Amino acid sequence: MKRAMGVINLINEIDFLEVLSRNRCVAAVPFGGRYRLIDFILSGMVNSGMSKVAVFTHAKYRALLDHLGSGKEWDLDRKRGGLFVLPPNTEEHDEKAKGDLYQFYCQRDYFHRSKQDVVVITRSHMVCNIDLEPAIQAHLDGDADITMVYKRTADETLSRNRRIRMDEAGRVVEMQDHNGRLVSDNVSMEIFIMTKAFLLDLVETSLAQGYDHFFRDAIMKNMDRLKIASYEYTGYLGIINTIQSYYHHSMNLLIPEVRRELFYKNGLIYTKIKDEPPARYLDGSSVQNALIANGCVVEGSVENCILFRGVKIRAGAVVRNSIILQNSEIYTGVSITNAILDKDVKVLEGKVLQGDPTAPFLAVKRSIIGQ
Amino acid sequence: MQRKECVAMLLAGGEGRRLGALTEQIAKPAVHFGGKYRIIDFTLSNCTNSGIDAVGVLTQYQPLVLNSYIGIGSPWDLDRKEGGVSVLPPYMKSAGGDWYTGTANAIYQNIGFVEQFDPEYLLVISGDHIYKMDYDWMLQAHKENHADATIAVVEVPWEETSRFGIMRTDEAGRIIEFAEKPKNATSNLASMGVYMFTWSVLKDYLMKDAANPDSSNDFGKDIIPKLLKDHANLLAYRYEGYWKDVGTIHSLWEANMDLLQEMPSLNLNDHGWRIYSQNPNQPAHYIAPTAQLSNSLVNEGCEVAGCVDHSVLFYGVQVAEESHVIDSVIMPNVKIGRGAVIRRSIVGEGTIIGEGCQIGSVNGEITLIPGGKTIL
Repeated sequence: MKRAMGVINLINEIDFLEVLSRNRCVAAVPFGGRYRLIDFILSGMVNSGMSKVAVFTHAKYRALLDHLGSGKEWDLDRKRGGLFVLPPNTEEHDEKAKGDLYQFYCQRDYFHRSKQDVVVITRSHMVCNIDLEPAIQAHLDGDADITMVYKRTADETLSRNRRIRMDEAGRVVEMQDHNGRLVSDNVSMEIFIMTKAFLLDLVETSLAQGYDHFFRDAIMKNMDRLKIASYEYTGYLGIINTIQSYYHHSMNLLIPEVRRELFYKNGLIYTKIKDEPPARYLDGSSVQNALIANGCVVEGSVENCILFRGVKIRAGAVVRNSIILQNSEIYTGVSITNAILDKDVKVLEGKVLQGDPTAPFLAVKRSIIGQ
Repeated sequence: MQRKECVAMLLAGGEGRRLGALTEQIAKPAVHFGGKYRIIDFTLSNCTNSGIDAVGVLTQYQPLVLNSYIGIGSPWDLDRKEGGVSVLPPYMKSAGGDWYTGTANAIYQNIGFVEQFDPEYLLVISGDHIYKMDYDWMLQAHKENHADATIAVVEVPWEETSRFGIMRTDEAGRIIEFAEKPKNATSNLASMGVYMFTWSVLKDYLMKDAANPDSSNDFGKDIIPKLLKDHANLLAYRYEGYWKDVGTIHSLWEANMDLLQEMPSLNLNDHGWRIYSQNPNQPAHYIAPTAQLSNSLVNEGCEVAGCVDHSVLFYGVQVAEESHVIDSVIMPNVKIGRGAVIRRSIVGEGTIIGEGCQIGSVNGEITLIPGGKTIL
């Protein structure tokens, strides 16, 4: 959809990812063996024909900038349009603390200068493979001020999310945060479609009234006055903002249908290329039910695991039900169960790490365990 | 155009006839190798890793796949403002035009391309070979010795000398004799087809060679012997490490199997010398509970539910339950049905092997299944 521009809003994104987001924002948290969370919605936008995407960053964005680069991997290194990374405006000391509406306002020239007249605002922590084109079309065909995308699912008990309720006509009549009492299977995907003119008006009006949070103020507080339509997404969805949901949805990738939905259905998911050689399986390796990226060298035993690029599992090591991030190394005789190890972790000879599926063992980036 | 000290010319027009069905549609440098690469990735990556950022790729035979594969050179970081990679097919000139009649003629016809960069040195390499080499070290040796031409040589087993261009050198490493595929070799130093020339000298010889109607316009057959005859300063540059000319189905298979050694002499996991390639954007591969894997290379996008032993799987390969893949090379997007058995084979891109098919034999020649076929 050439008429639409994308906005990936990373400002105040809900984050209970503990060690995984200690030094990186949610958008840059590695997921699925070779991706970062932002890859899913960003690729979705590109595969939906959008050629202009702005990423509103907020904090801890070094890894994100390194990952996105010029946007080439997403075909967004364009002369006109393409990828724009917009860091927070901090002319004054306390401005960074202000909400996303304020940052949208600061970048209003960016919106004005774009020739697109529809804006799709999303978050980065919704792992999905979505074709946004029919959703945008539905918005244009209807008369709503805003269209929000939701999914019916009973599988999102581990993440922090918003539930919504609609009337028979599909108009959103109630929204509540995860701690609310609303009983509904309709989970908001935090994807909002509206015209650019409407967005800019909403931004200015809300700021003038002293409000600066897009969802909490501009949308929730105005629910009675706004006409908010709903659009149902039926593909796979993983809301990744807690360690439990991260672990749960990572393990779901071992189900063939989930992989088909997520990695292929509406187009491929693009990511930064690392030029690692194919994974090597040496004599004596034993691998069952695992998702393994390039550059791995497996000599030990791996069961129900996700191995990111360049992970080494030495002979005699046993790794079960775990997620091992990029370039980590598991030495001989180590036993790991129910763990999430961040990048460049070394687990030395003979160590035993044991977590629980509801509270996986966590290791910080670059830590050396067993010294 | 910005001046470059050294420009590389990569010969990629080879037909690779002995690779049979694999090179019916594509040139030899575009043949798949090592689970994710095409052969030309090695020389292109060598160039970029050696700091050479002006590369002309000379194509002639079936260039379609090769052209689109190389594109503007971004995977090898060769999409540069000045230089970068240029694909150079034969072209028409005001006084007619010609196919490239030989390796030297291909460079001769592109003197104009080289001169744009006004280089001091010209590196001539072949896109048919698999090896990792820092051409910058070779250039340093060439400069230190004030050589007119430096030829990279590698020791080969004496019994194989009759397959190569063999150099005999003096103690200082000067080449004193050159014999193309000799019956009774006096040395076991074989030319790797990697030449560093002082451009002004080479240009002179290319012009003379082009004016000689009896010449076959080939580096090995004409230019090097002529330089030797004229007592030019010819230096042998010794290379130690993995080098392979994958001329036949058997050697292509063998080169793939070489990667499966416990400590392969061609290390692909070296972060200091990465081999770059176009990336097909596939997810990580999946190994099912029913799978058994040993001693194999598996690329992204694969789904393995069967038994894979001592084999190389390219991206997007599916191996169904109860099937066996042994001592084989399976190229991209091949689907192997339940219960199929594949031994000592190379299976071409996109082929479908039906349930229960038996392919290849325990010993004897390597079986080649061309790409795009359905075998039931």
